[in-house]
Amino acid sequence: MRWLLGPSWVWLLLFVAAPAAILAGIGLLNPADTVPPLAGPIGLGGYGGLADPFYLRACLGSLAVAAVTAALCLLLGYPMALAIARSARRRLLLLLVMVPFWSGILLRLIAWIGIFRDEGLLNSALRALHLSAEPVPLLHSDATMLVGMVYCYLPFLILPLEARLATADRRLEQAAADLGAGPWQVFRRVTFPLSLPGVRAGLALVAIPVSGEYVIPELLGAAGTPLIGRVIWDEFFQSGDWPQAAALATTLLAGVLLPAALLQRRRPR
Amino acid sequence: MRLLLAFMLMAVPAMAQQRVVNVYNWSDYIDPYAVARFERETGIKLLYDVYDSLEILEGKLLAGKSGYDVVVPTSEPSFSKLVRSGALLPLDRAKLPNAAGLDAALMQQVATSDPGNAHGVIYLWGTIGLGVNEARLRAVAPDAPRDSWDLLFKPEWARKAARCGITMMDSAIDVIPTVLKYLGKSPDSADAGDLALVEKTLKAIRPAIRSFASGGAIETMAAGETCVVLSYSGDVIQAAARAEEAGKGVKLRYIAPQEGAQLWFDMLAIPKDAPHPAEALEFINFILRPDVMAGITNQVRYPNAIPATAKDIAPDIAGDPGVYPPAEQRARFFTIGPVPPEAARARSRLWARFKGNG
Repeated sequence: MRWLLGPSWVWLLLFVAAPAAILAGIGLLNPADTVPPLAGPIGLGGYGGLADPFYLRACLGSLAVAAVTAALCLLLGYPMALAIARSARRRLLLLLVMVPFWSGILLRLIAWIGIFRDEGLLNSALRALHLSAEPVPLLHSDATMLVGMVYCYLPFLILPLEARLATADRRLEQAAADLGAGPWQVFRRVTFPLSLPGVRAGLALVAIPVSGEYVIPELLGAAGTPLIGRVIWDEFFQSGDWPQAAALATTLLAGVLLPAALLQRRRPR
Repeated sequence: MRLLLAFMLMAVPAMAQQRVVNVYNWSDYIDPYAVARFERETGIKLLYDVYDSLEILEGKLLAGKSGYDVVVPTSEPSFSKLVRSGALLPLDRAKLPNAAGLDAALMQQVATSDPGNAHGVIYLWGTIGLGVNEARLRAVAPDAPRDSWDLLFKPEWARKAARCGITMMDSAIDVIPTVLKYLGKSPDSADAGDLALVEKTLKAIRPAIRSFASGGAIETMAAGETCVVLSYSGDVIQAAARAEEAGKGVKLRYIAPQEGAQLWFDMLAIPKDAPHPAEALEFINFILRPDVMAGITNQVRYPNAIPATAKDIAPDIAGDPGVYPPAEQRARFFTIGPVPPEAARARSRLWARFKGNG
């Protein structure tokens, strides 16, 4: 049966490992006025510039956003996942969680802009209710960006978590209740610990892509929040320094992959 | 099987008979009628694709094999960088008879970006200045200057104008030279002290800026959401036209401030590895025809560089000083030169710090 894994190895090699290796390699070169804008000799290249505290700040900013987004997704998503797993209409509810994926992410973010903008839905409602005469500037703030992040990534937390919760052995909870545990104690001592692998997978699926997210902060976020996705974009497009951008992207990739790999290793089998 | 292969091989030259040209231009930047006419008159199929930021265009061309035949980079920084990188094909002037109609003085001004004008001809041009919603600005700052950058760069005026909303274009390469010029420095300065002054000036007005626009300036302005906008001349003038069409009483005006407004040129150019260079030249020559070019200016409200178009420009556009500035205003326009990579990074850092200060 081992040969069945073949296609996924080929896939990984061609579309994950090879591009990452090319990226890491570009990081070793120097910028130049040529097509493509790269030149030898191979050396430290962009990796030499990584010590800049500007990059560290952007990285920390991105990690903070990723942590807050993941935490908010867990707070919102856990009750939803639990409710879906225990519902008689489980299939329908799961389908509803996935419905947003059927339309493009840009389209959905632009819909949020329509809600938050000065002449948008929320401000019109505020005015109609006489709560505010002047439009309240809602768009382009950290809060709006977090709304967008949680909105886009919530399904990535719910789906693995729900799968775990649905397959957990309910008899363990019944046993705990029979032995005198209250509902809260059952949840805390039995349900939640059993769902931990799902929680871990969900948090990773949210935090990893969010830490490099570019589109959502760009469309909904405050102009100045320096996130690593934007910094890489600036190095690539504004400064035209491909090696620097590549070195940053490679470092970010390694920084995200290593903890994820460690997490995977510690997972009980 | 062999027969099938033979058929497939025969099909290739047959397909090649349909001549095509792949054009990559800014969004909202052409006369749709010109496209239809080009296809009808030359029999060349035109595949038209658009971008809304120079970064995207530059990224594609510098990576190579973009597949485009005609591109429209702005003189600085993109066009000059593409020229220096050898990403563009020198234009064969023998195939561009209509280029003789180009304004020599304007072409001379682009020569700083492209020595000898070897790689490009001017498509449209414009300046960077202020768009003002006069009625709303009068309500909050009646005595603020209207013909000066002071309106935006002096904190006391900016604070007043902020009450009806200030939008700045999210473009370090366009705003920083303008601030340098306002401060009496060379717009190309890479001097750390000069840039520190720019940062101080910008940070002082940062609380007054409501939003940074990349591409969306036309809509927010036309909707009347902001009353002072730092943007491209044509964007303001297009927004004014859209606001008038909407009929909600929003009136907008473009101002090229007296301290100097940055002049830019969008250039018609051919990538070095263009798959259809001959068709590209035909397209460029067609666009440079006075009657075609006049239609484009009438549609997008940016001036062109073909003086012979004058008689075909709609009177309301020809008479708009925002589109065709009078000579004494033109004398105060300035152009910028190439920005070296280290300076570009210093500027984009400055810009990030400025935006983050809000």
